[in-house]
Amino acid sequence: MANVNAPMAGKLLSVDVKVGDTVKKNDPVATLEAMKMQIKVFAPADGKVAEIKAEAGANIDPSVVIMTLE
Amino acid sequence: MFFADYNDHQYGNWLVVIQIFMLDEGSGNNEMEAIMAVITNNDFLYNVFGGFTHFTWQSAVMILIGCTLIYLGAAKDYEPLLLVPIGFGCILANLPLTELIHVPRDGYVFNHSIQEALGEAGLMPFVEGARVVNEGILDVLYNAGIANELFPCLLFIGIGAMTDFGPLLQNPRVMLLGGAGQFGIFLTLMLALAIGYDKLEAICIAIIGACDGPTSIFITSMFNPALLGPISVAAYSYMSLVPLIQPPVMKLCTTKNEREFVMSYEMLTPVTQRTKILFPIVVTIVTLLIAPSGGALMGTLMFGNFLRECGAVGRLVQAAENEIANITTLFLGLTVGATMTGEVFLTAKTLGIFALGFIAICGDTAFGVFGAKLMNLFSKHKINPLIGASGISAFPMSARVAQKVGNEANPQNYLLMHAMGVNTSGQIGSVLTASVMIAIIGALQTMGVDLTIN
Repeated sequence: MANVNAPMAGKLLSVDVKVGDTVKKNDPVATLEAMKMQIKVFAPADGKVAEIKAEAGANIDPSVVIMTLE
Repeated sequence: MFFADYNDHQYGNWLVVIQIFMLDEGSGNNEMEAIMAVITNNDFLYNVFGGFTHFTWQSAVMILIGCTLIYLGAAKDYEPLLLVPIGFGCILANLPLTELIHVPRDGYVFNHSIQEALGEAGLMPFVEGARVVNEGILDVLYNAGIANELFPCLLFIGIGAMTDFGPLLQNPRVMLLGGAGQFGIFLTLMLALAIGYDKLEAICIAIIGACDGPTSIFITSMFNPALLGPISVAAYSYMSLVPLIQPPVMKLCTTKNEREFVMSYEMLTPVTQRTKILFPIVVTIVTLLIAPSGGALMGTLMFGNFLRECGAVGRLVQAAENEIANITTLFLGLTVGATMTGEVFLTAKTLGIFALGFIAICGDTAFGVFGAKLMNLFSKHKINPLIGASGISAFPMSARVAQKVGNEANPQNYLLMHAMGVNTSGQIGSVLTASVMIAIIGALQTMGVDLTIN
């Protein structure tokens, strides 16, 4: 089980995967906006999306788990 | 039958054309012959096709530059929010006879009502050779927001509202990199003096080295207003071209391993909300006591940040970081682009200014990166050298560049907020440097030192 935390403070624009999707390390899984810049959040490890914990539009920071991978 | 003066390219030719269509069937042959004589006259043809006949090689070169900027912004994703309006503004300004903007500014007197009254009294124009013109829509924007620095300051409120100074507060040592980024100012000053620019000209050009548009305009207005056009264009152009200029220099100065180095946010100790609230107030008071001339820039940036951190004015924060920032970016980009006419841009002095500015930005970048490497030699907690390149005032473009280059090297690398800390300290550094220059020049002038001649 691996958590995908927000890499930095910002606004979560979209979650780009669904529960059950298989992802590989460095695949884009979400999009964050910080300083008017859209930043892709990349998967930290291979896995399957187990749960999506954050909603698009939310303000997030590194303590927030966006999704979990199993 | 009324014949307009066909030498008036704006209106006269069209009046003649209208008269031809309004000619009733009963008109005599003499009138028709007179009209035919006018419309076959070379001057008439020259004016009726004015868009083509006034098109020069300078227009073509500048339109090409505008198209390149649009291509880089829209197709290559290099700062599209700035490069697209700048590129389009450049195209608009270089299409002949559009009268949207008049540059260089000192060649024109604008026809406001009070000036109209002075004109009727035979007192206009004040400047010999200046043309009295009506304001174009881009003139209105220029006077409303560029000439008086309002647009950059509005933008700074938005940027302050968007900025989390947490990384800087959590890692205050990166402020040293903001000092390293000021190297460009002094490098440019020495180079400009060596090339033969006057001392005050050299100082105005040197401030471009901080990549700081508002401060450049402020210094140039104070010491050499004649250079305001080229210097502000150079400063804003380089701010927008930072995404193009910095990456090759950053890559040249670092190894792949260095670029891949991940800087975590978790390693930093969180700062309290009270510290974040106090920070903009303390910085405003301390820096403006040291450098009062940086008030507009520092005051608006810190005001925006205080709105964000105080937590009581959510609607104002929303407006500052969205509506105000977006509208200002649009107008700023379009207007700055529109000052890039061939007449102003394609001259030896301007090209010299641009060449010096280019060297300065490259120097800033390289010294920032090497400053970070030097810091790593003496520090337990290593940093990614790429963030050193953000110690300039191009805010937040330079921090974004560090993020982009770092993320390309390693997708798990998110440098943005670390680079923001360096970028904000670079901004504070450039304003302080400019303010110190103003103080020193003022003191020298008070002592009677002649600074106008080399």
